Amino acid sequence: MIMNTIKKLLGYVWMIIAPSIILFLVYQAVNKITAASEAAKANTILQWVIILLIFLPISIGFFIFGKYASQNEYDQLP
Amino acid sequence: MNGTKQPSKIAFVIGASSVGTLIEWYDFYIFGMLATILSKQFFPADAGTAALLSTLAIFAAGFIVRPFGALVFGRLGDLIGRKHTFLLTLVIMGGSTFAIGLVPGYASIGWLAPILVLILRLLQGLALGGEYGGAATYVAEHAPAGQRGFWTSWIQTTATLGLFLALGVIILIRSSQGVDQFSAEWGGWRYPFWISIVLVGVSVLIRMRMSESPMFTKLKSEGKTSTNPLKESFGHKANFKMVLLVLFGAVMGQGVVWYTGQFYAQSFIETVCKIEFVQSRNIMLIAILMATPCFVLFGWLSDKIGRKWIMLTGMLLAVITYRPIYKEFINITDASKRTQIVDNRLSSSMTAFPLIDAKNKTKLYIKKQEDTAYLDGSVFKYTIVDTLYLKDSLYSSRPLTLIFPSMIRYHSSKPFVHVEKTLGNAAFWDMIWLVFIQIVYVTMVYGPIAAFLVEMFPTKIRYTSMSLPYHIGNGVFGGLVPFLGTLIVEFTKSDAHPAGDVLAGLWYPIGVATVCLVIGAIYLSNKMDENVMD
Repeated sequence: MIMNTIKKLLGYVWMIIAPSIILFLVYQAVNKITAASEAAKANTILQWVIILLIFLPISIGFFIFGKYASQNEYDQLP
Repeated sequence: MNGTKQPSKIAFVIGASSVGTLIEWYDFYIFGMLATILSKQFFPADAGTAALLSTLAIFAAGFIVRPFGALVFGRLGDLIGRKHTFLLTLVIMGGSTFAIGLVPGYASIGWLAPILVLILRLLQGLALGGEYGGAATYVAEHAPAGQRGFWTSWIQTTATLGLFLALGVIILIRSSQGVDQFSAEWGGWRYPFWISIVLVGVSVLIRMRMSESPMFTKLKSEGKTSTNPLKESFGHKANFKMVLLVLFGAVMGQGVVWYTGQFYAQSFIETVCKIEFVQSRNIMLIAILMATPCFVLFGWLSDKIGRKWIMLTGMLLAVITYRPIYKEFINITDASKRTQIVDNRLSSSMTAFPLIDAKNKTKLYIKKQEDTAYLDGSVFKYTIVDTLYLKDSLYSSRPLTLIFPSMIRYHSSKPFVHVEKTLGNAAFWDMIWLVFIQIVYVTMVYGPIAAFLVEMFPTKIRYTSMSLPYHIGNGVFGGLVPFLGTLIVEFTKSDAHPAGDVLAGLWYPIGVATVCLVIGAIYLSNKMDENVMD
């Protein structure tokens, strides 16, 4: 019972962390691209676009994981 | 069905599957290990587009194409069968690796070279994404109940042994040829790529003799295979929630522990501790060799006590000990912590004729070499390059004694110092043990994971469902360890501390492993699914 409550409450934590990760990465991407020299700019943009592209669905997945946890989907596992 | 499996048949299944997977890892690693030479041959930094293609080759192959390969081949494996799918991935991997070794350099064919190499590298990533899930599923579906952890752990050794093989082949060829011949356009660096075709040929012949997984065959004969594995894996909540749990509660942490122990450690030893090229690789090779049996040990143990706590203990130990281990790396290789042999400086020399910069004729380089010996048998070589700026251009080299102070406009206050450390025996073994400990963590998180993944998903969509989280965990979370580690170190740099905190990069694997540990401990079950025929 207590374990299920912890699982549910942590679900809300994961739902908060997921968009925070994206915001953090976007902030870092803007910082790094702005700071990059002209010669390295295109390369830096490419790196960060790939990172954001790949982490966006992962963060959405993490949010869904949190949502499932908050809905007690993981209380009974096979 | 499984309980009556003959040991010799299982041994053949394991051997045939493992050899192919090992070769795929070997193929994937040699590209990364030869990255410096490949970038000179195919992606010269002064050719802007080529540098972009280099980034794509490094980033996209691991982070995008691997998970994509997991989806493509996972689906195929659940539709047509495991055997033919992982035969196909092996042929694609071997063919593209061999072809990389045949592509002429940028100097010969211009930017066609980086484009061809990029395409071939992406094919490698695609094939790797499909291979592991197939091999793990195939072996697990042959393994007797109650021994699945033990038998699949052999597949788990292949990623590490592939690294070992790649390191060994490269060192062997490089040592026999010498650095210059090895790095030339058609030099020895191509041999590891060419060798691959022989290895793959043998492995394909072996795999062609294998029969389809008994569980998949049964499912197919009953007409119960999935018609749309992607939809059933990720479109149905009951299965998708397990995919998410596997990713965030197990594979994400496993990926960062794996990459830290095997790649970040090597990079740290070489770039931060400045250990000499061959010695740094020997440290890795010996540590890997010593720790590899632990994959099988923990796989076997997971059949007795469950998979969950072995994997999570590995993550916990990594979280607690990474920083002390890496701090010890620095201590062991620190010049101030050892006693110099008095009056026994091995050699000290300075270039008699300074080198004139090719573009700026007022710029001169003075190279100074100092080799220092220590009581523990270590030798540290310091190459100091000083820069002088003259008032007037110099068009022909002249002795240093004829460069008078009145000719000098500016003397750089920050000479470039390159250090190369060769450790004495005791320090060398201390480094090996520290790497060994990290690889034991790798074996704890990685040894039982194939059996764990197989037991989480039903047979008809197993290949698809386990491949995607595995390759996101390893390819993305693990693959980003070097990049994000370096980025975090950059954050700590300031004017007061220009080098920053070299240990700060560890916060990324520690952070990811901690979150994964919490999720795994709270949400995962330690129950083993005895019957994976569902």
